[in-house]
Amino acid sequence: MLMVRRYENDPFAELKSLQREMNRLFNGYATGPSDDYPAVNIWSSAEEVLVTAELPGFALDDISITVKNNYLTIEGERKPQKMEEGVKCHRCERGSGRFLRSFTLPYEAEADKVKATYRDGVLTIRAPRAEHSKPRQIKITAD
Amino acid sequence: MSRKDIQKKQEEIELAQDLPVFAPAADIYEKEDAILVVCDMPGVDDKHVDVTLDNDELTLTGYQHIEEPEGYELLHRGYAEGIFRRSFTLTSEINREKIEAKITNGILRLTLPKAEEVQPRKISVSAG
Repeated sequence: MLMVRRYENDPFAELKSLQREMNRLFNGYATGPSDDYPAVNIWSSAEEVLVTAELPGFALDDISITVKNNYLTIEGERKPQKMEEGVKCHRCERGSGRFLRSFTLPYEAEADKVKATYRDGVLTIRAPRAEHSKPRQIKITAD
Repeated sequence: MSRKDIQKKQEEIELAQDLPVFAPAADIYEKEDAILVVCDMPGVDDKHVDVTLDNDELTLTGYQHIEEPEGYELLHRGYAEGIFRRSFTLTSEINREKIEAKITNGILRLTLPKAEEVQPRKISVSAG
């Protein structure tokens, strides 16, 4: 399942976000991961891109993050809940399995300096802007 | 609790009421001696979760707080700040005194032990 999302220049972004919100309200009982798994928020500044993803119950080894140029990929696997023999499942809404989600960042990131932290089931990625992609002021000299 | 604290608390409650409420995904397992409830609550720690039992209704509530970074422009919003809430009705077989709950890595786990008298037991048969 490969999904590439573009967030720039989308006139329907606001509408889609409303739709997502509605889906989340009504489909809270959905089984398995939805199209947008994991849910992410993305912010950017002149210096870095900040991505947060909702990934509850993961072991650090089960998540991998790769950054290449201006392309960020989060992938991983949610292991099924381990239960002893003879345990019945009455309701199984929390899905398991592999996921992969890629994003185009607004500028190239310094792959070596990308930092990620995981807390309370939320993954936070900070990708600093590559030095060579930073805008440069060009001095105008009078002839 | 001072007046200021009460006021602060009330503000918090009022603030919380404006947030959208989401139904988090949950699993329910049955073991011989207990019912287990597993619920996804990403971004919620032990200080922002409430488990309440009102008569037979068990309610799980988690408050997810999103720190909006300052000086950043939002490019994409896939999830919004809100409240996770699910309610379940308990049957009489649950021992209400011994319900345990813990939250780790954004997953809330509840153990609802069955009352002794409803657990299966073996009855020995004696010859005579």
